[in-house]
Amino acid sequence: MEIFKIILLLFLIACAVSASIIKSPFISVIVFMSYSLIMSIIWFLLESPDLAITEAAVGAGVSSILFFVTLRKIKGLSEGGENEQNQR
Amino acid sequence: MSRIRDNYENSLWNRLVLWVNGETDPFKGKMEMQPLREADLKGDSVYNPDRLDKEKVEQYLNDLSKNKEMKAFRFLYCLGSVAFCLLLIAVLLLTVSHLPVLGDPNGPNNNEVSARYIEHGTEEFGAINMVTNMILSYRGFDTFGETCVLFIAATCVIVLLRRPEEEIESIKETDWQYEPKPDAILQRITRVVVPVIFLYGFYIILNGHLSPGGGFSGGATVGAGLILYVTTFGFHNTQRFFGEKTYDRVKVGALSLYSVTMIYYFYTGANAIKNVFPLGTPGNILSSGMILPINIFVGLEVACTMYAFFAMFRRGGM
Repeated sequence: MEIFKIILLLFLIACAVSASIIKSPFISVIVFMSYSLIMSIIWFLLESPDLAITEAAVGAGVSSILFFVTLRKIKGLSEGGENEQNQR
Repeated sequence: MSRIRDNYENSLWNRLVLWVNGETDPFKGKMEMQPLREADLKGDSVYNPDRLDKEKVEQYLNDLSKNKEMKAFRFLYCLGSVAFCLLLIAVLLLTVSHLPVLGDPNGPNNNEVSARYIEHGTEEFGAINMVTNMILSYRGFDTFGETCVLFIAATCVIVLLRRPEEEIESIKETDWQYEPKPDAILQRITRVVVPVIFLYGFYIILNGHLSPGGGFSGGATVGAGLILYVTTFGFHNTQRFFGEKTYDRVKVGALSLYSVTMIYYFYTGANAIKNVFPLGTPGNILSSGMILPINIFVGLEVACTMYAFFAMFRRGGM
Protein backbone atom coordinates (compact mmCIF):
# COMPACT_ATOMS: atom_id res chain seq x y z
CA MET A 1 0.00 0.00 0.00
CA GLU A 2 2.85 2.34 0.83
CA ILE A 3 4.42 1.79 -2.61
CA PHE A 4 1.04 2.41 -4.26
CA LYS A 5 0.72 5.71 -2.41
CA ILE A 6 4.21 6.78 -3.48
CA ILE A 7 3.46 5.90 -7.11
CA LEU A 8 0.23 7.91 -6.93
CA LEU A 9 2.00 10.93 -5.47
CA LEU A 10 4.71 10.75 -8.14
CA PHE A 11 2.01 10.58 -10.83
CA LEU A 12 0.30 13.56 -9.20
CA ILE A 13 3.46 15.66 -9.38
CA ALA A 14 4.14 14.56 -12.96
CA CYS A 15 0.57 15.47 -14.00
CA ALA A 16 0.72 18.84 -12.25
CA VAL A 17 4.02 19.78 -13.90
CA SER A 18 3.11 18.51 -17.37
CA ALA A 19 -0.34 20.16 -17.30
CA SER A 20 1.41 23.53 -17.16
CA ILE A 21 4.22 22.66 -19.59
CA ILE A 22 2.26 21.01 -22.42
CA LYS A 23 1.64 23.43 -25.31
CA SER A 24 -1.62 22.00 -26.68
CA PRO A 25 -4.56 23.13 -24.52
CA PHE A 26 -6.58 20.02 -25.40
CA ILE A 27 -3.98 17.60 -24.04
CA SER A 28 -3.31 19.91 -21.13
CA VAL A 29 -6.96 19.72 -20.01
CA ILE A 30 -6.93 15.92 -20.30
CA VAL A 31 -3.79 15.77 -18.16
CA PHE A 32 -5.52 18.06 -15.67
CA MET A 33 -8.45 15.63 -15.65
CA SER A 34 -6.14 12.74 -14.78
CA TYR A 35 -4.63 14.92 -12.05
CA SER A 36 -8.11 15.26 -10.52
CA LEU A 37 -8.73 11.51 -10.77
CA ILE A 38 -5.45 10.71 -9.00
CA MET A 39 -6.28 13.36 -6.42
CA SER A 40 -9.65 11.73 -5.77
CA ILE A 41 -7.99 8.34 -5.19
CA ILE A 42 -5.59 10.03 -2.78
CA TRP A 43 -8.53 11.63 -0.94
CA PHE A 44 -10.05 8.18 -0.63
CA LEU A 45 -6.81 6.75 0.76
CA LEU A 46 -6.67 9.65 3.23
CA GLU A 47 -10.06 8.41 4.54
CA SER A 48 -12.26 11.22 3.27
CA PRO A 49 -14.53 9.51 0.73
CA ASP A 50 -16.94 12.44 0.53
CA LEU A 51 -14.13 14.68 -0.75
CA ALA A 52 -13.18 11.92 -3.20
CA ILE A 53 -16.70 11.88 -4.66
CA THR A 54 -16.75 15.67 -4.97
CA GLU A 55 -13.28 15.79 -6.53
CA ALA A 56 -14.19 13.12 -9.09
CA ALA A 57 -17.45 14.84 -10.03
CA VAL A 58 -16.29 18.46 -10.02
CA GLY A 59 -12.56 18.27 -10.76
CA ALA A 60 -12.51 15.49 -13.33
CA GLY A 61 -16.02 15.98 -14.70
CA VAL A 62 -17.61 19.39 -14.66
CA SER A 63 -14.58 21.70 -14.62
CA SER A 64 -12.86 19.94 -17.54
CA ILE A 65 -16.10 20.03 -19.51
CA LEU A 66 -16.26 23.77 -18.87
CA PHE A 67 -12.64 24.02 -20.05
CA PHE A 68 -13.52 22.16 -23.26
CA VAL A 69 -16.56 24.34 -23.93
CA THR A 70 -14.50 27.49 -23.40
CA LEU A 71 -11.70 26.18 -25.63
CA ARG A 72 -14.19 25.44 -28.38
CA LYS A 73 -15.69 28.94 -28.06
CA ILE A 74 -12.30 30.63 -28.40
CA LYS A 75 -11.29 28.21 -31.20
CA GLY A 76 -8.60 26.69 -29.02
CA LEU A 77 -9.30 23.12 -30.11
CA SER A 78 -7.66 23.52 -33.48
CA GLU A 79 -7.22 19.89 -34.63
CA GLY A 80 -10.38 18.38 -33.19
CA GLY A 81 -12.66 21.21 -34.31
CA GLU A 82 -11.43 21.16 -37.92
CA ASN A 83 -11.86 17.40 -38.20
CA GLU A 84 -15.43 17.51 -36.99
CA GLN A 85 -16.27 20.33 -39.37
CA ASN A 86 -14.73 18.46 -42.29
CA GLN A 87 -16.75 15.37 -41.53
CA ARG A 88 -19.95 17.31 -41.69
CA MET B 1 -23.37 73.29 -6.75
CA SER B 2 -19.95 72.00 -7.56
CA ARG B 3 -17.32 74.26 -8.98
CA ILE B 4 -16.71 73.86 -12.68
CA ARG B 5 -13.13 72.79 -13.32
CA ASP B 6 -11.68 74.85 -16.14
CA ASN B 7 -8.26 73.21 -15.95
CA TYR B 8 -9.42 69.60 -16.16
CA GLU B 9 -6.84 68.86 -18.85
CA ASN B 10 -4.00 69.48 -16.43
CA SER B 11 -5.60 67.94 -13.36
CA LEU B 12 -3.95 65.02 -11.63
CA TRP B 13 -6.92 62.73 -12.33
CA ASN B 14 -6.99 63.42 -16.05
CA ARG B 15 -3.26 62.81 -16.34
CA LEU B 16 -3.69 59.53 -14.45
CA VAL B 17 -6.52 58.49 -16.78
CA LEU B 18 -4.43 59.34 -19.84
CA TRP B 19 -1.49 57.42 -18.43
CA VAL B 20 -3.61 54.36 -17.64
CA ASN B 21 -5.19 54.38 -21.09
CA GLY B 22 -1.79 54.84 -22.74
CA GLU B 23 -2.85 58.04 -24.46
CA THR B 24 -0.07 60.20 -23.13
CA ASP B 25 1.89 61.82 -25.93
CA PRO B 26 5.57 61.23 -25.12
CA PHE B 27 6.72 64.11 -27.33
CA LYS B 28 4.40 66.72 -25.87
CA GLY B 29 6.39 69.70 -24.73
CA LYS B 30 9.67 68.23 -25.94
CA MET B 31 9.28 68.66 -29.66
CA GLU B 32 7.96 71.41 -31.83
CA MET B 33 4.69 70.44 -33.44
CA GLN B 34 2.70 71.99 -36.22
CA PRO B 35 -0.43 70.91 -38.06
CA LEU B 36 -0.07 68.94 -41.28
CA ARG B 37 -0.15 70.83 -44.54
CA GLU B 38 -2.77 70.14 -47.19
CA ALA B 39 -0.25 68.64 -49.59
CA ASP B 40 1.08 66.21 -47.02
CA LEU B 41 -2.38 64.94 -46.20
CA LYS B 42 -2.88 63.71 -49.76
CA GLY B 43 0.54 62.14 -50.25
CA ASP B 44 1.85 58.81 -48.99
CA SER B 45 4.89 60.26 -47.31
CA VAL B 46 2.98 61.27 -44.21
CA TYR B 47 2.99 59.00 -41.16
CA ASN B 48 -0.33 57.17 -41.21
CA PRO B 49 -0.91 54.52 -38.56
CA ASP B 50 -3.56 52.78 -40.65
CA ARG B 51 -1.19 52.31 -43.54
CA LEU B 52 1.69 50.99 -41.42
CA ASP B 53 2.66 47.44 -42.12
CA LYS B 54 1.93 45.84 -38.76
CA GLU B 55 3.91 42.70 -39.45
CA LYS B 56 7.01 44.68 -40.34
CA VAL B 57 6.71 46.77 -37.20
CA GLU B 58 6.27 43.71 -35.02
CA GLN B 59 9.17 42.00 -36.72
CA TYR B 60 11.32 45.02 -36.04
CA LEU B 61 10.19 45.21 -32.41
CA ASN B 62 10.77 41.50 -31.85
CA ASP B 63 14.22 41.59 -33.40
CA LEU B 64 16.21 41.26 -30.21
CA SER B 65 19.52 42.28 -31.73
CA LYS B 66 18.11 45.77 -32.38
CA ASN B 67 15.72 46.10 -29.45
CA LYS B 68 17.93 46.24 -26.38
CA GLU B 69 15.08 47.10 -24.02
CA MET B 70 13.05 44.10 -25.15
CA LYS B 71 16.04 41.82 -24.68
CA ALA B 72 16.66 43.06 -21.15
CA PHE B 73 12.95 42.82 -20.32
CA ARG B 74 12.66 39.22 -21.56
CA PHE B 75 15.74 38.18 -19.64
CA LEU B 76 14.49 39.82 -16.45
CA TYR B 77 11.03 38.32 -16.99
CA CYS B 78 12.39 34.77 -17.23
CA LEU B 79 14.65 35.34 -14.24
CA GLY B 80 11.84 36.88 -12.19
CA SER B 81 9.34 34.12 -12.95
CA VAL B 82 11.82 31.38 -12.05
CA ALA B 83 12.72 33.21 -8.83
CA PHE B 84 9.05 33.67 -7.96
CA CYS B 85 8.27 29.98 -8.52
CA LEU B 86 11.24 28.89 -6.42
CA LEU B 87 10.24 31.30 -3.66
CA LEU B 88 6.65 30.04 -3.72
CA ILE B 89 7.79 26.39 -3.59
CA ALA B 90 10.15 27.19 -0.71
CA VAL B 91 7.47 29.00 1.28
CA LEU B 92 4.90 26.22 0.76
CA LEU B 93 7.35 23.44 1.62
CA LEU B 94 8.45 25.35 4.72
CA THR B 95 4.81 25.74 5.78
CA VAL B 96 4.07 22.05 5.19
CA SER B 97 7.09 21.00 7.23
CA HIS B 98 5.77 23.01 10.18
CA LEU B 99 2.26 21.52 10.04
CA PRO B 100 1.35 19.19 12.91
CA VAL B 101 1.70 15.47 12.20
CA LEU B 102 -1.48 13.73 11.00
CA GLY B 103 -3.22 12.12 13.97
CA ASP B 104 -0.95 13.63 16.60
CA PRO B 105 -2.99 13.67 19.85
CA ASN B 106 -1.14 16.76 21.07
CA GLY B 107 -1.61 18.64 17.82
CA PRO B 108 -3.48 21.95 17.87
CA ASN B 109 -6.22 20.55 15.62
CA ASN B 110 -7.19 17.90 18.17
CA ASN B 111 -8.70 20.24 20.72
CA GLU B 112 -11.93 20.27 22.69
CA VAL B 113 -13.98 21.40 19.65
CA SER B 114 -13.49 18.22 17.64
CA ALA B 115 -13.79 16.15 20.82
CA ARG B 116 -17.18 17.72 21.42
CA TYR B 117 -18.25 17.07 17.80
CA ILE B 118 -17.25 13.40 18.04
CA GLU B 119 -18.62 12.70 21.53
CA HIS B 120 -21.90 14.62 21.51
CA GLY B 121 -22.60 15.14 17.81
CA THR B 122 -24.75 12.07 17.24
CA GLU B 123 -26.82 12.49 20.38
CA GLU B 124 -27.38 16.20 19.77
CA PHE B 125 -28.25 16.10 16.07
CA GLY B 126 -28.77 12.43 15.31
CA ALA B 127 -26.62 11.94 12.20
CA ILE B 128 -24.14 9.08 12.09
CA ASN B 129 -21.94 10.69 9.44
CA MET B 130 -19.74 12.97 11.52
CA VAL B 131 -18.83 15.31 8.67
CA THR B 132 -22.41 16.01 7.57
CA ASN B 133 -23.42 16.38 11.19
CA MET B 134 -20.78 19.04 11.76
CA ILE B 135 -21.23 20.87 8.44
CA LEU B 136 -25.03 21.17 8.58
CA SER B 137 -25.59 21.66 12.30
CA TYR B 138 -22.67 23.12 14.22
CA ARG B 139 -21.44 25.03 11.18
CA GLY B 140 -24.83 25.56 9.57
CA PHE B 141 -24.21 29.28 9.18
CA ASP B 142 -21.10 28.57 7.12
CA THR B 143 -22.84 26.11 4.81
CA PHE B 144 -25.78 28.45 4.33
CA GLY B 145 -23.36 31.17 3.20
CA GLU B 146 -21.70 28.75 0.78
CA THR B 147 -25.05 27.84 -0.76
CA CYS B 148 -25.86 31.53 -1.18
CA VAL B 149 -22.48 32.02 -2.87
CA LEU B 150 -23.35 29.24 -5.33
CA PHE B 151 -26.68 30.89 -6.04
CA ILE B 152 -25.04 34.28 -6.62
CA ALA B 153 -22.36 32.73 -8.85
CA ALA B 154 -24.96 31.02 -11.04
CA THR B 155 -26.97 34.25 -11.22
CA CYS B 156 -23.89 36.22 -12.30
CA VAL B 157 -23.07 33.67 -15.01
CA ILE B 158 -26.65 33.87 -16.27
CA VAL B 159 -26.55 37.68 -16.32
CA LEU B 160 -23.22 37.75 -18.16
CA LEU B 161 -23.65 34.95 -20.70
CA ARG B 162 -27.36 34.86 -21.38
CA ARG B 163 -28.57 35.33 -24.96
CA PRO B 164 -32.12 36.14 -26.03
CA GLU B 165 -34.07 33.15 -27.33
CA GLU B 166 -34.46 34.57 -30.86
CA GLU B 167 -30.71 35.06 -31.16
CA ILE B 168 -30.10 31.43 -30.18
CA GLU B 169 -32.65 30.30 -32.77
CA SER B 170 -31.01 32.34 -35.51
CA ILE B 171 -27.50 31.19 -34.59
CA LYS B 172 -28.53 27.54 -34.52
CA GLU B 173 -29.06 27.48 -38.28
CA THR B 174 -25.57 28.65 -39.07
CA ASP B 175 -23.71 27.19 -36.11
CA TRP B 176 -23.68 23.43 -35.71
CA GLN B 177 -22.38 23.31 -32.18
CA TYR B 178 -25.43 24.15 -30.08
CA GLU B 179 -27.25 20.89 -30.75
CA PRO B 180 -25.02 17.80 -30.79
CA LYS B 181 -24.92 15.49 -33.75
CA PRO B 182 -26.72 12.18 -33.13
CA ASP B 183 -24.01 9.72 -32.19
CA ALA B 184 -25.20 6.11 -31.90
CA ILE B 185 -22.48 4.85 -29.57
CA LEU B 186 -22.65 7.85 -27.26
CA GLN B 187 -26.46 7.76 -27.09
CA ARG B 188 -26.58 4.05 -26.35
CA ILE B 189 -23.97 4.34 -23.58
CA THR B 190 -25.62 7.45 -22.12
CA ARG B 191 -28.98 5.70 -22.00
CA VAL B 192 -27.40 3.04 -19.78
CA VAL B 193 -25.11 5.22 -17.71
CA VAL B 194 -27.18 8.33 -16.95
CA PRO B 195 -29.88 6.59 -14.85
CA VAL B 196 -27.15 4.96 -12.78
CA ILE B 197 -25.43 8.32 -12.27
CA PHE B 198 -28.72 9.95 -11.22
CA LEU B 199 -29.51 7.05 -8.88
CA TYR B 200 -26.07 7.24 -7.31
CA GLY B 201 -26.29 11.02 -6.92
CA PHE B 202 -29.70 10.87 -5.24
CA TYR B 203 -28.46 8.00 -3.08
CA ILE B 204 -25.54 10.15 -1.90
CA ILE B 205 -27.89 13.06 -1.16
CA LEU B 206 -30.51 11.01 0.68
CA ASN B 207 -27.95 9.03 2.68
CA GLY B 208 -25.91 12.12 3.55
CA HIS B 209 -26.47 11.65 7.27
CA LEU B 210 -25.65 7.92 7.22
CA SER B 211 -22.81 7.39 4.77
CA PRO B 212 -20.03 9.53 3.28
CA GLY B 213 -21.21 12.30 1.01
CA GLY B 214 -24.03 14.76 1.37
CA GLY B 215 -25.60 17.61 -0.49
CA PHE B 216 -22.50 18.95 -2.22
CA SER B 217 -21.09 15.64 -3.46
CA GLY B 218 -24.45 14.24 -4.51
CA GLY B 219 -25.50 17.50 -6.16
CA ALA B 220 -22.26 17.62 -8.15
CA THR B 221 -22.85 14.02 -9.30
CA VAL B 222 -26.43 14.75 -10.38
CA GLY B 223 -25.25 17.90 -12.17
CA ALA B 224 -22.56 15.93 -14.02
CA GLY B 225 -25.20 13.41 -15.09
CA LEU B 226 -27.42 16.23 -16.38
CA ILE B 227 -24.50 17.65 -18.37
CA LEU B 228 -23.82 14.23 -19.89
CA TYR B 229 -27.48 13.96 -20.91
CA VAL B 230 -27.43 17.42 -22.50
CA THR B 231 -24.23 16.80 -24.45
CA THR B 232 -25.69 13.60 -25.86
CA PHE B 233 -29.34 14.39 -26.55
CA GLY B 234 -29.26 18.16 -26.93
CA PHE B 235 -31.00 21.03 -25.20
CA HIS B 236 -34.29 20.44 -26.96
CA ASN B 237 -34.75 17.01 -25.38
CA THR B 238 -33.60 18.21 -21.97
CA GLN B 239 -36.09 21.07 -21.97
CA ARG B 240 -38.91 18.53 -21.80
CA PHE B 241 -38.09 17.71 -18.20
CA PHE B 242 -35.60 20.40 -17.14
CA GLY B 243 -36.29 23.72 -18.79
CA GLU B 244 -35.77 27.26 -17.60
CA LYS B 245 -39.00 27.36 -15.61
CA THR B 246 -38.17 24.17 -13.75
CA TYR B 247 -34.69 25.48 -13.10
CA ASP B 248 -36.01 28.74 -11.63
CA ARG B 249 -38.57 26.98 -9.46
CA VAL B 250 -36.21 24.32 -8.15
CA LYS B 251 -33.34 26.71 -7.46
CA VAL B 252 -35.28 29.51 -5.81
CA GLY B 253 -37.55 27.07 -3.98
CA ALA B 254 -34.65 25.06 -2.58
CA LEU B 255 -32.78 28.16 -1.43
CA SER B 256 -35.81 29.79 0.18
CA LEU B 257 -36.84 26.59 1.99
CA TYR B 258 -33.26 26.21 3.16
CA SER B 259 -33.19 29.79 4.43
CA VAL B 260 -36.51 29.30 6.26
CA THR B 261 -35.07 26.22 7.97
CA MET B 262 -31.88 28.03 8.89
CA ILE B 263 -33.81 31.05 10.23
CA TYR B 264 -35.80 28.66 12.41
CA TYR B 265 -32.57 27.11 13.69
CA PHE B 266 -30.97 30.49 14.37
CA TYR B 267 -34.08 31.77 16.14
CA THR B 268 -34.46 28.74 18.39
CA GLY B 269 -30.74 28.62 19.07
CA ALA B 270 -30.46 32.28 19.98
CA ASN B 271 -33.50 32.18 22.27
CA ALA B 272 -32.69 28.76 23.80
CA ILE B 273 -35.99 27.26 22.62
CA LYS B 274 -36.11 23.50 22.25
CA ASN B 275 -36.11 22.13 18.72
CA VAL B 276 -39.41 20.51 17.72
CA PHE B 277 -38.02 18.27 14.96
CA PRO B 278 -37.74 14.67 16.24
CA LEU B 279 -34.23 13.25 16.03
CA GLY B 280 -35.37 9.66 15.57
CA THR B 281 -33.14 6.63 15.92
CA PRO B 282 -29.63 7.30 14.65
CA GLY B 283 -29.01 5.02 11.68
CA ASN B 284 -32.53 5.10 10.21
CA ILE B 285 -33.08 6.89 6.92
CA LEU B 286 -35.79 9.09 8.50
CA SER B 287 -33.79 10.46 11.39
CA SER B 288 -31.59 13.35 12.49
CA GLY B 289 -34.21 16.09 12.35
CA MET B 290 -33.75 18.61 9.57
CA ILE B 291 -30.41 17.34 8.25
CA LEU B 292 -32.07 15.17 5.58
CA PRO B 293 -34.22 18.01 4.11
CA ILE B 294 -31.27 20.41 4.25
CA ASN B 295 -29.15 17.87 2.37
CA ILE B 296 -31.84 17.64 -0.31
CA PHE B 297 -32.02 21.44 -0.63
CA VAL B 298 -28.24 21.79 -0.89
CA GLY B 299 -28.08 18.95 -3.41
CA LEU B 300 -30.74 20.49 -5.67
CA GLU B 301 -29.00 23.85 -5.44
CA VAL B 302 -25.60 22.43 -6.40
CA ALA B 303 -27.01 20.30 -9.24
CA CYS B 304 -28.84 23.32 -10.69
CA THR B 305 -25.70 25.47 -10.42
CA MET B 306 -23.56 22.90 -12.25
CA TYR B 307 -26.12 22.56 -15.02
CA ALA B 308 -26.57 26.34 -15.31
CA PHE B 309 -22.82 26.87 -15.66
CA PHE B 310 -22.65 24.35 -18.50
CA ALA B 311 -25.79 25.56 -20.27
CA MET B 312 -24.74 29.21 -20.11
CA PHE B 313 -21.21 28.55 -21.31
CA ARG B 314 -22.34 26.29 -24.11
CA ARG B 315 -25.46 27.90 -25.47
CA GLY B 316 -26.30 31.05 -23.54
CA GLY B 317 -29.71 29.73 -22.51
CA MET B 318 -31.37 26.72 -20.99
